[in-house]
Amino acid sequence: MTDGTDLPAWAAILTALFVVAGAGLTLIGSLGLLRLGSFYQRLHAPTLGTTLGTGGILIGSMIFFSALGTRPVLHEILIAVFVTVTTPVTFILLVRATRQRGTDLPPPSPPEKNTKDLAH
Amino acid sequence: MSATILVWALVVAQTFLAIAMGCAAFRLLIGPRAQDRILGLDTLYVNAMLLLLTFGIRTGSTLYFEIALVIALLGFVATVALAKFLMRGEVIE
Repeated sequence: MTDGTDLPAWAAILTALFVVAGAGLTLIGSLGLLRLGSFYQRLHAPTLGTTLGTGGILIGSMIFFSALGTRPVLHEILIAVFVTVTTPVTFILLVRATRQRGTDLPPPSPPEKNTKDLAH
Repeated sequence: MSATILVWALVVAQTFLAIAMGCAAFRLLIGPRAQDRILGLDTLYVNAMLLLLTFGIRTGSTLYFEIALVIALLGFVATVALAKFLMRGEVIE
């Protein structure tokens, strides 16, 4: 299944450590997205996954493929740079759209009230 | 021994990421307003990308890395387009 049989022990342990830490931080961020109260609070939670979670898993992947190929494999930096640059841009746009849409109120009036208003 | 540690760590990490994807999908379904759903979709994209990276470590092939890069690009474009739609009511003006 995996080519980890001919991997040195230090590389396997480091990869395991980084990958589990990154996945755990991503899980914490997603749980925060599920449980926090308002939209502006929820906006902070997934950034834990996009920064530390992505960084941990990418560092684990870099260590694994470098030890497997006995040469430095650095193309994971591409994903890290891209995610780090794009996440603030998307969240700034999202917050701007939310501010323009108004306060964090429940959705507008249900349809049966509208039909009653139309009937009057 | 080292292979066993790595396989178990990857199983644990994939379980964590699958639960995280479930949380994001739940927020995508129940989100009270549209921006909550967009936030859930963005988190779902990032979690799927990380899950593909762990698949790549597990199989030892670099093919998954390119799929993860494409998912990151498409997720950014989709979230920006949706936020722009919420802001203006149209994507391209």
